[in-house]
Amino acid sequence: MQELITRAKELLADGTVARVLGWKAGDLEYNPQPAFFTNEKELEEFVYNGFCGANLSKYMIEASKLEGKTLICLKPCDSYSFQQLMKEHRIDREKAYIIGVGCKGKLDIDRIKANGLKGVTGVTGAELTDDCEELCVTTLYGDKKIPYADGMLERCSVCKGKEHMICDEQIGESKDTKTGERFAKVAAVEEMSSAEKFAFFQKELSKCIRCNACRNVCPACSCRKCVFDSTKFDSAQKANVDSFEEKMFHIIRAFHVAGRCTDCGECSRVCPQGIPLHLFNRKFIKDINELYGEYQAGADIEAKAPLTSYVFEDVEPSVVAERSKS
Amino acid sequence: MSINNNSEFKPKIVAFCCNWCSYAGADLAGSSRLTYPADVKIIRVPCSCRVNPMFILRAFEKGADGVILCGCHPGDCHYTSGNFYARRRMTLLFSMLDYIGVENGRTRVEWVSAAEGVKFSATMNSFVEKIYSLGKNVRLEDLRCKN
Amino acid sequence: MQRIGVFVCHCGSNIAATVDVKKVVEMAMCEPGVVHAEDYPYMCSEAGQAKIQAAIKEKNLGGVVVCSCSPRMHENTFRKAAEKAGLNPYMVEIANIREHCSWIHKNMEEATEKAVILMKAAVAKVNLNTPLQAGESRVTKRALVIGGGIAGIQTALDIAEAGYPVDIVEKTPSIGGRMSQLDKTFPTLDCSACILTPKMVEANAHPNINIYTYSEVEKVSGFVGDFTVDIRKKARSVDMSKCTGCGVCQEKCPNKKTPNEFNRGLNNRSAIYTPFAQAIPNVPVIDREHCTKFLTGKCGICAKVCQAGAVDYEQQDEIITEKYGAIVVATGFNMINLDKYDEYAYSQSKDVITSLELERIMNAAGPTKGHLERLSDGKAPKEMVFIQCVGSRCADKRGKSYCSKICCMYTAKHAMLIRDKYPDVNVTVFYIDVRTPGKNFDEFYRRAVEEYGVNYIKGQVGKVIPQPDGKLLVQGSDLLSNKQILKEADMVVLAAAIEPEPGVRNIATMLTASIDTNDFLTEAHAKLRPVESPTAGIFLSGVCQGPKDIPETVSQAGAAAVKAIGLLAKDKLTTNPCTAKADELMCNGCSQCANVCPYGAISYETKLINDHGVREDRRVAVVNSALCQGCGACTVTCPSGAMDLQGFSNRQILAEVDAICR
Repeated sequence: MQELITRAKELLADGTVARVLGWKAGDLEYNPQPAFFTNEKELEEFVYNGFCGANLSKYMIEASKLEGKTLICLKPCDSYSFQQLMKEHRIDREKAYIIGVGCKGKLDIDRIKANGLKGVTGVTGAELTDDCEELCVTTLYGDKKIPYADGMLERCSVCKGKEHMICDEQIGESKDTKTGERFAKVAAVEEMSSAEKFAFFQKELSKCIRCNACRNVCPACSCRKCVFDSTKFDSAQKANVDSFEEKMFHIIRAFHVAGRCTDCGECSRVCPQGIPLHLFNRKFIKDINELYGEYQAGADIEAKAPLTSYVFEDVEPSVVAERSKS
Repeated sequence: MSINNNSEFKPKIVAFCCNWCSYAGADLAGSSRLTYPADVKIIRVPCSCRVNPMFILRAFEKGADGVILCGCHPGDCHYTSGNFYARRRMTLLFSMLDYIGVENGRTRVEWVSAAEGVKFSATMNSFVEKIYSLGKNVRLEDLRCKN
Repeated sequence: MQRIGVFVCHCGSNIAATVDVKKVVEMAMCEPGVVHAEDYPYMCSEAGQAKIQAAIKEKNLGGVVVCSCSPRMHENTFRKAAEKAGLNPYMVEIANIREHCSWIHKNMEEATEKAVILMKAAVAKVNLNTPLQAGESRVTKRALVIGGGIAGIQTALDIAEAGYPVDIVEKTPSIGGRMSQLDKTFPTLDCSACILTPKMVEANAHPNINIYTYSEVEKVSGFVGDFTVDIRKKARSVDMSKCTGCGVCQEKCPNKKTPNEFNRGLNNRSAIYTPFAQAIPNVPVIDREHCTKFLTGKCGICAKVCQAGAVDYEQQDEIITEKYGAIVVATGFNMINLDKYDEYAYSQSKDVITSLELERIMNAAGPTKGHLERLSDGKAPKEMVFIQCVGSRCADKRGKSYCSKICCMYTAKHAMLIRDKYPDVNVTVFYIDVRTPGKNFDEFYRRAVEEYGVNYIKGQVGKVIPQPDGKLLVQGSDLLSNKQILKEADMVVLAAAIEPEPGVRNIATMLTASIDTNDFLTEAHAKLRPVESPTAGIFLSGVCQGPKDIPETVSQAGAAAVKAIGLLAKDKLTTNPCTAKADELMCNGCSQCANVCPYGAISYETKLINDHGVREDRRVAVVNSALCQGCGACTVTCPSGAMDLQGFSNRQILAEVDAICR
């Protein structure tokens, strides 16, 4: 982290960048938040540790409008989102100075707590410089040690890889964290009967409080005006609880980002209700891969997106019924 | 046709038809007096690619029991490529609906040309029959538990 | 909210017999925004239109819903009527309660209920309609005719005579088409070449006609009045400007083993060839797939013997790009492949032939110099059997469901000509029905039976069995006397079904013209617009639209020409105002819409946008309404809904959905 701060100070000092986009400590130790830093003094608050899961690429949309370059820290997975936004002309590459930061897997406080820990007051071992395989969790009931991997975000266990799709320089080492199969859970749901699937999703979606955290954090959900806030679609019906928006929000959101979602997993990370929202996005990605060929949004800026291209031989929609179990 | 397992159930079925092929196919079915159940209501769209998944979800939310999209045969699109985009969009949407547990017989895509009045009528008959067999759509209406 | 008037048409009894029109009127009055509703026996009549116009003026209507037949029938009528009364024509919506309701439902209650819902959906939509203004586009005063058979030639001549330049694109080395292969024509027994060649010569000499032979349409873009077409001129390997047509190259060509397509493969031709003597242009082509020079690099005799130095082995395909205002499709037909009809022994015996092959055999320029003889042994036949409907009117998937229309007449012609020239030959025709509607057609057929003694047997042939002695045993049935028939024949002629030229599907795709399941091009209206494709600016000439004989083809060719001339005579066309439009305030500038636009109508501009007081430069989509054809692909790709389609807006369609599901 110190190397990163030193480099940021240098770049600020020599005028290469006008500001730094990184993370600073949040109200809770395990909750750092995205922040802009414009001078050396502010940079003292800069943090980069295992809890810096937040994908900063979306902030570059606003930063692109500012005078001068912005130093942006991107983890390998964030770089996909950055490139996807470049592809959609939402951010200006020329306005960014990208430092690709190393990643050894990002932590999730809920996952840590799920190890049977109560009254968590702090976590050590989350620093990137710590080459430890263990986290030390201080709780009201004493200190507990758990393997690092047991505290990781789900998305890190199915990591797309530790290679930056785009960056100007790299700081920090990465460590492979992939232990699982990315589509295993989607496949498991697909195996369920129709009634089981419905019960599963009804349970999950009923938790939704429509706080819009998923929408706000999503780099693909970056419309100037969301269709659900628009009068042009007759879809915003805030007064009515039992409305179109309430029921269909997540399906439509997933459809709107289909072919553009890089599977950064931020939606699930920020959901206060713990809804596994990535299961929607990943379903579309899985279908796209299976039906139209492997496609990773944000990996190749020139690649044709699956929903804005076609081939004559594409499968018919009836394939859905044919391959469905129920 | 003989569909009446449940005399109470009157399904609501929305058919989106492209102006150039399927809507004309429906007209031909009409002028040829090829019947299909009155449960089907047609909405004219310029092309199958005009159909936004939101229209389909909205129909279900408002109480539709089945939604069918008809367009020109692949390769015959009046706008060259519209139905190809529609095909991908609908495939993914239908797959998602299947994934969340909505019975996949409630949605269908069928390519019907302007000359295929017989196919239009047959398609609607078979679709309505399927919807009768599935009964009322409750899942999409009740995607979120009301309590 | 608009002030809406609802007009319910009885269409005589077409609607009123099944739909309670009074009930629809009554229900309409309950709909929000509806201030006027009435019914009338014929809304499309002068009096009906006057009622709409009167109501627009008296009730100050802002929107009109007509519950009537399909909008494909009368939408324009009612739009024009509304316009005359001072209402924007795009404030009119049609509820299709005839084709989609009264004609398909028997139960009055059910049909009325549905009609009411369709009316409600139209009212909900028209509430959200906005006045639209049609734009204008220019017309390129040049026509393209695809196909150089009699249909294409006639269309081109008629357009050229009206003073407009026409290009004919013909894929074979010469114009003339199927008609050039025929020997005589029914019902007058004119020599086909004698009546066709003057037309070919005229087309070739016409100052307004430009002929591209050995060429194919490769790419079509644009729209009515302004098509851009790429034509591939295949390398002829002979310089057309130098060749004198002397024919020495063909005589001297050592490779004479290529099946002669013009004679249906019944004899061979040289590798450098003109398809037939009267070919236009009279310039040979080198068939590179069979030419020794191209296959092995050794030969080059044609170049050596050509005094004009016209042979050019280096010649390349050439792409010509030209603009056209109208395109006429005249791609014609072919005989079906008979592989699936093995019971007639077509592939087993040289003496089982198709009618088109018989045409060539009877022709003086054909493989037998016009002598009727068996191809197996050259002997003159004594017994000939004609089998009708081979692949036509076929119930199973093997053949075609339709009647090929020309076979009854050409078979009568063949039978008559044979009996006339070779009175000792017995001719038997097996038929399902003899269909002779047409001027002097039935008289012609009766002459074959009565004067020429052709033996017509109603019944089908089950099998043709080649015998060891070279004869053909025909096993058939006589339905009228209910007898099985076994007949020995020397030759069997199959009236094979005709089908559209296989390349037409590709052409239809390029033109975005509708095509039916049999690959015939679909007309805009089966009765009232038979020579127009539903795609504006595309016209249909000849068999590409459906089976027809020469007189019908020529009349249709003229009709297609007139429609094309009517288009070319206009300086400007009004364009469809139902085009896409981007809301600058909502546009993300992401380019997804441009990626799906088939017309390249969407571009991006960086503009200073004032978004509720926030002023910033933004990249926003701009639709060129002259190029946009209104498909709506962009509107669905746009996640924010910034891109919308005028006339079929998101809100309008959702309003219809809501009204139907309510």
